[in-house]
Amino acid sequence: MQASLRRIWGLVYRHLCLYRRSWPRLAELAYWPVLQMCIWGFTASFISGQQFTHGTAGHGLLLVASTMLGGVLLWEVTIRSQMGVAISFLEEIWSRNLGHIFISPLRPWELLAGLIVVAFLRVMAGVLPAILVAYLLYAFNLFALGPVLVLFFANLMIMGWAFALAVVSLILRHGAGAEALAWSLLFGLTPLAAVYYPVSTLPVWLQPISEIIPATHVFEGMRAVLRNGHVSSIHLLAAFGLNAVWLLLASLLFASQFRAARSRGALITIGE
Amino acid sequence: MNTVSVQALCKRYGTTLAVDNISFAIKPGQTVGLLGGNGAGKTTTISMLLGILAPSAGSIEILGHDMARDRFAALARMNFSSPYIALPGRLSVRENLTVYAHLYNVRDSRGRIAELATELDLHDFIDRPAANLSAGQKTRVALAKSLINRPEVLLLDEPTASLDPDTGDLVRSWLERYRATSGCSMLIASHNMAEVERLCDHVLMMRQGRIVDEGSPDALLSRYGRESMEDVFLDIARGRGLAAREDA
Repeated sequence: MQASLRRIWGLVYRHLCLYRRSWPRLAELAYWPVLQMCIWGFTASFISGQQFTHGTAGHGLLLVASTMLGGVLLWEVTIRSQMGVAISFLEEIWSRNLGHIFISPLRPWELLAGLIVVAFLRVMAGVLPAILVAYLLYAFNLFALGPVLVLFFANLMIMGWAFALAVVSLILRHGAGAEALAWSLLFGLTPLAAVYYPVSTLPVWLQPISEIIPATHVFEGMRAVLRNGHVSSIHLLAAFGLNAVWLLLASLLFASQFRAARSRGALITIGE
Repeated sequence: MNTVSVQALCKRYGTTLAVDNISFAIKPGQTVGLLGGNGAGKTTTISMLLGILAPSAGSIEILGHDMARDRFAALARMNFSSPYIALPGRLSVRENLTVYAHLYNVRDSRGRIAELATELDLHDFIDRPAANLSAGQKTRVALAKSLINRPEVLLLDEPTASLDPDTGDLVRSWLERYRATSGCSMLIASHNMAEVERLCDHVLMMRQGRIVDEGSPDALLSRYGRESMEDVFLDIARGRGLAAREDA
């Protein structure tokens, strides 16, 4: 176990060194979440009719604005989590280092664990500045959601990992040609994940699809907390249960694609 | 007991047989050369030995571990160097070696890196990003990476490719010293015949995925009636091997 932890730390250390030596990479982590927060913050201000700091907007409009800002921040957790794993994997391809990694005693699950730790650090570096901007510019305090926020974060990050495993599997299958998915895959789910509006807003035939997405239940739960301070255990359980299923399926996909890549010789030629 | 034992190894890609039923063994402390033209199957063979490519058939046992079932136990005790696989260029040499010291679970990683820096003369550039090194410096760093875990089996793919004669000689001398002091077994794929004659006790000649001949450099020279390994190589690569000569 100690050897495993050491190998995982080795991979994390490799990425920490990379960020220490590359300020554009570091700046990029926070750039998009902060930009998103600025755009949606002003949009929310426009909807509520005034700056929140004056506190005179109607309760309904304030709720809409708050759920919008909460949605922006929490959805970034999922997106950054997925990108954190997938892009860290791509960094190994770009630096042509993957061969060295795969011939070391680092097990595939240790590789994934290391990438997940790096992704967690990337999420913190990206989302915390956006949370600060939301508080300073729009007086929106995400931490007011209370301790349940930790469970929301956990679910959204796990969902990000599951999607990242799918992206990495596709890269193993199709090579660097699939790398665009590292940036774009989760954006395609945004309309269905009930990020900015309740599931009931969607057409009836789309609602069952929305409900099998773990994030949908997090955002429904978040709206319940913002609306009446009530933490919905049903939504939380649904999110954890769905995440377990998605993560299991993604892990099976990764394992099968890793085996296939090892058989095809793709672990040597990947990125070419 | 052999350090490396390969039995009836095959690798098939669709209808192409890249490695065709090869068997060989490497004894403790032995250096074996793997020679052959481009596409002969050398890289495919090395990739299977490293566990990065799954064989279609056959078995590989390294240091008593079956690579099909227990490859990570063997990988911890072996290593590989190739000028064709880079180390992350933005990381300094020291950072790169630290990463691999962790991946190979090396105790006293700082001490080991200091030792390698002295032995391979890395001190002048150890804190420089790996991308900013000359070809010779990169090769020394790649060698340091491959020795970080004091491997008992070392696989080398063209260890002195693109090096000037002086640096190439330094690397070869270092490999000789390492083998003498550690008893490490080595497999070297190379196109440099002088290097093969100097370093290898035994040579495997590959052509079209098969081992077409093998023996010590001296034995091969005498068998083919040639003055240099380069001529032996050309005989085999151009299909003028022993069998063809005997037929003629």
